[in-house]
Amino acid sequence: MGLALLVVIWLITLASTYFFVAKTWWLPLGASAATGFIDGQFTLTLVIMGVVFLAAQLSLGYLAWRYREQPSSPAVDYSHGNMKLEVMWTVLTTILFIGLNLMGSSVWASQRFEGAGPGAVRVEVTGMQFAWYFRYPGPDGQYGATSPKLMDPSAGGEAAVGLNTSDPAAKDDVVTGTMYLPVNREVDLSLRSVDVIHSFFVPNLRFKQDAVPGLNIHMHFTPTAVGEYEIACAELCGLGHYKMHGMVHVVSQEDFDKWMMAREAEKQ
Amino acid sequence: MATSATAHAHAAPQGFIRRYIFSLDHKVIGLQYFFLALTAVFVGMFLSLLMRIHLVWPLANLPIVGEIKPEQYLALLTMHGTIMVFFVLTTAPQGGFGNYFLPIQIGAPDMAFPVLNMMSFWTTFVGFVVIIAAFFVSGGAPLHGWTGYPPLSAIQQAGPGEGLGADLWITSIAIFCLASLMGALNFLTTTLDMRAKGMTMMRMPLTVWSWFITAILGLLAFGVLLSAGILLLMDRNLGTSFYVPLVVVNGQIMQHKGGSPLLWQHLFWFFGHPEVYIAILPGMGVTSQILSTFSRKPIFGYKAMVYAMLSIGFFGFMVWGHHMFMSGMSPYSAFAFSLLTMCIGVPSAIKTFNWLGTMYKARIRFQTPMLYAIGFVSLFVSGGLSGPFLAQPVLDIQLHDTYFVVGHFHLIMGVAAIFGMFAATYYWFPKMFGRMMNETWGRVHFFITLIGTYAIFMPMHYLGIAGGTRRYSQYTEVAYLTRLMPLHRFMTFAAIITIAAQFIFVINLFWSMFKGPKASDNPWEATTLEWTTATPPPHDNFGGVTPVVHNGPYEYGVPGAARDYVMQTDPPVGGGH
Repeated sequence: MGLALLVVIWLITLASTYFFVAKTWWLPLGASAATGFIDGQFTLTLVIMGVVFLAAQLSLGYLAWRYREQPSSPAVDYSHGNMKLEVMWTVLTTILFIGLNLMGSSVWASQRFEGAGPGAVRVEVTGMQFAWYFRYPGPDGQYGATSPKLMDPSAGGEAAVGLNTSDPAAKDDVVTGTMYLPVNREVDLSLRSVDVIHSFFVPNLRFKQDAVPGLNIHMHFTPTAVGEYEIACAELCGLGHYKMHGMVHVVSQEDFDKWMMAREAEKQ
Repeated sequence: MATSATAHAHAAPQGFIRRYIFSLDHKVIGLQYFFLALTAVFVGMFLSLLMRIHLVWPLANLPIVGEIKPEQYLALLTMHGTIMVFFVLTTAPQGGFGNYFLPIQIGAPDMAFPVLNMMSFWTTFVGFVVIIAAFFVSGGAPLHGWTGYPPLSAIQQAGPGEGLGADLWITSIAIFCLASLMGALNFLTTTLDMRAKGMTMMRMPLTVWSWFITAILGLLAFGVLLSAGILLLMDRNLGTSFYVPLVVVNGQIMQHKGGSPLLWQHLFWFFGHPEVYIAILPGMGVTSQILSTFSRKPIFGYKAMVYAMLSIGFFGFMVWGHHMFMSGMSPYSAFAFSLLTMCIGVPSAIKTFNWLGTMYKARIRFQTPMLYAIGFVSLFVSGGLSGPFLAQPVLDIQLHDTYFVVGHFHLIMGVAAIFGMFAATYYWFPKMFGRMMNETWGRVHFFITLIGTYAIFMPMHYLGIAGGTRRYSQYTEVAYLTRLMPLHRFMTFAAIITIAAQFIFVINLFWSMFKGPKASDNPWEATTLEWTTATPPPHDNFGGVTPVVHNGPYEYGVPGAARDYVMQTDPPVGGGH
């Protein structure tokens, strides 16, 4: 029985570890400035936890087999523990865990403690059951007023976010169902929700943030590679949660300007 | 203490109803909790089977239930989580085994408040009936997940099941909270006041410590959830706005304003995180008990184990914010919550070291309880080590609300806790029913369940790393998710096999209850008080005798002793506590 346990525990451990090391399923291709930090911290955590995982599971299997009761087994070691050992592994674990945490904290601070820098592209993201809308303030740099009374989700676009078209600042606001962003420029995101909590998750951009009704949450990130990236809602928001899907198109600055001009032209 | 114990004694009841239905005997109440949880775990498991099937074959027309629609999938998910967390993970380890064995292990004739004990069981039972009723009302069960985040959970128009079903859901939880508060008071008073002569705190078995600390957590946590639940009911039915700001649902302006959705999250997780430890601490206790017994060796670092559990309980109340890193909460508080969460990993690691230390230079016997205790350690390690990933807000940017989280908490608070319950069942079955369970089928059940649960829950980590979002009824609408379907398929097959294997356990359980070989009073040659009394124990637990304790709980392999174990009531041995 000891041997069976050893074999089963070791096999489970090695098989589990294999898929982490082989990266059969792995972090999606990163396309934002935070990728390096986040993936680095992830890998570091994985290596440390992986070593602990292997050490603990392999010893568990080994001990079960090595100290199985046999006629020839010596008397057990009558011991109630060892204070020195307890102190040693408490201190070691504390240093390991706290150290790991502090290393990750600087990355978190860079992502979330400060707002976007000047010159960032401003986009307002609005979540509703079950779609995402994106609003750009236009050449005047100002978002027009919106009102809950004007919201009409079935109409889509400007009406869905309740844009007050009589507000002068709203004249040049562009509202779309697909997000366009210029590459290598910081994005100043403003996240809102009109009904329940949603979460704006773009795995390739290493970005996730809940959109909460009643709050306007400011976030920033910088896409670094041209491409089309999927948005998946990451907070349970109702029966259509699984299809609350959207796209981010990261394009060159030139293409972004062209796209924006075309949208402005459509509005006239 | 012995005098206060006799004051609580009551005569053995006559008649079927007073003996088995509205019984005041903690042993009968313990069994009632046990069978309630057994019913609940099969309901919860059946719901998860439907979910797993729907994920892989979303259009399948299943017998009885028909085709599962997305909102029904979410209702299954909500009810699976709620039933499992409350009526299984909280009910069986504490209400079931705790009720049955805490008084016996401390040498008491019953719980401190037998009537309160009966009330807390029947209140739990009503809570269970109410939540099951949610399936059968119009609109069906709620779809907001076991965490019930408002506004989704607060507004009827937000989805199917958010009408009467959601009211029943939150009412059931509130009833459960009341029952748990009553239970917690009873456990605390009993532990503090009813210990036999010589049963000092530091001679209590680690199981007793775990139930005691769990009761403290329950007393502090369930009151908060109860209040939060009442506020949610008011938001839903009385037009208040504790949790709901001005929102527009389906183009309609709702009659709420100024509330905070994050308030619910804070209150819910202030309960929710300690709840994790409410589920797992009794498992830690029973694992320690069994590892020591079957290793024939004292538990390694008894005091360290006690302090570790106490500090897990203490820190458990200061880490709730780690569920909210992506919620819009201040990023500065994320820093503090993250650091405190890492701290809670330290006592957890100490416990693992000590379990391994207990097995070192031991003479291990491999009956089924021991297999499950070793399985518990393995799962506790696997589920625990994904904790430090999720404790880092920066990694939650990628991992929050993905299957990585689902894998993490299922391994640690789901499956590890269930392994604790299996270990407890196989270990105490002889004492509870006077017969032995079948060893061969116990082993078969163990190996299939161990391999099977790893096969279900380990791939969830890979799925989460790749961005696999949770609570999706189908992986068909997002291109990158469709590529992850092979993992889902594998997990569903593993789940079907593992669930099928659970019938081995049930058959073994009921067959052995009537046909198993008769058990002796102390079949495992263990040391704690429940093994000093008759099998099954008489109404007052010790047949009119009040035990006197001379030894620590885990005196195995004492050099020079006549046997390889010294019971707590035996004449004192030199060392130990």
